[in-house]
Amino acid sequence: MIALSDYLILGAILFGLSVAGIFLNRKNVIILLMAIELMLLAVNMNFVAFSYFLGDTAGQVFVFFILTVAAAEAAIGLAILVVLFRNRQTINVDDLDTMKG
Amino acid sequence: MDFERFIFYFFAAVLVFAAGRVITVRNPVHAALHLVLAFFTCAALWLLLEAEFLAIALVLVYVGAVMVLFLFVVMMLDINVSPLREGFIRYLPVGLSVAALIVIEMFLVVRARNFGADAVAIPARHGADYSNTRELGSVLYTDYVYPFEIAAVILLVAIIAAIVLTMRRRPGTKHQNPVDQVAVKSSDRVRLVKMKAEERQ
Repeated sequence: MIALSDYLILGAILFGLSVAGIFLNRKNVIILLMAIELMLLAVNMNFVAFSYFLGDTAGQVFVFFILTVAAAEAAIGLAILVVLFRNRQTINVDDLDTMKG
Repeated sequence: MDFERFIFYFFAAVLVFAAGRVITVRNPVHAALHLVLAFFTCAALWLLLEAEFLAIALVLVYVGAVMVLFLFVVMMLDINVSPLREGFIRYLPVGLSVAALIVIEMFLVVRARNFGADAVAIPARHGADYSNTRELGSVLYTDYVYPFEIAAVILLVAIIAAIVLTMRRRPGTKHQNPVDQVAVKSSDRVRLVKMKAEERQ
């Protein structure tokens, strides 16, 4: 049978991969957003695993709210990205230094 | 190795592979498609954890809506990928070492000695008449009803924000103005001109 630690380690690996993704693709905003989605997925995995193994439905309710907020975040983030590309013709993070002092 | 363990390791391997491809692949479209694969395999793992409602919601909401939005944006923007990739090799060592450090630290916390089968008992499977959706709904609409309504407001704000951000009026486009259309009078439409009849030639 699969223990709780297996799921937690899988979530940790997923989280580590997405942190590496933020380091590697630090110029591409789209991949950064995808890495954030992966991070949220890793957190959700931990929530669901704890919810099952501790027999408490509250963990799944939290996952539900995280899904809601993540969907809103992705929608607004992509809208900002579209406006950004329309104004600057680039999504390179290095070019976005308008507010630099 | 029993079948459940085989399923877990198979989907875990696919999930780690897909996540690795998301962060390393060159084309953003391929990254989005691998993210879809990651969501699907994660949904399968959640089914193994008896979270059926959330597994279906993940597929419907994420794969069906959010990832389609991602793909839509990626394909709509004409992105030159090559300048975005520079620094990939330069940040590879530091990125991988930080990620490895995080994974090792987490592993030391969540390893089998602390959260294994001996520490946290594996619960017995529910019968076929158990409904995860009913269970979740009975909690969501009683104890968590106010957070649930706040979540609805957050989604509304997201809709309005996304529309307001991306809407623009281009100069020179032809569009109707309903206010003027409703307020129009007959004198604006037809102009009667009094003039003398022409003399017969």
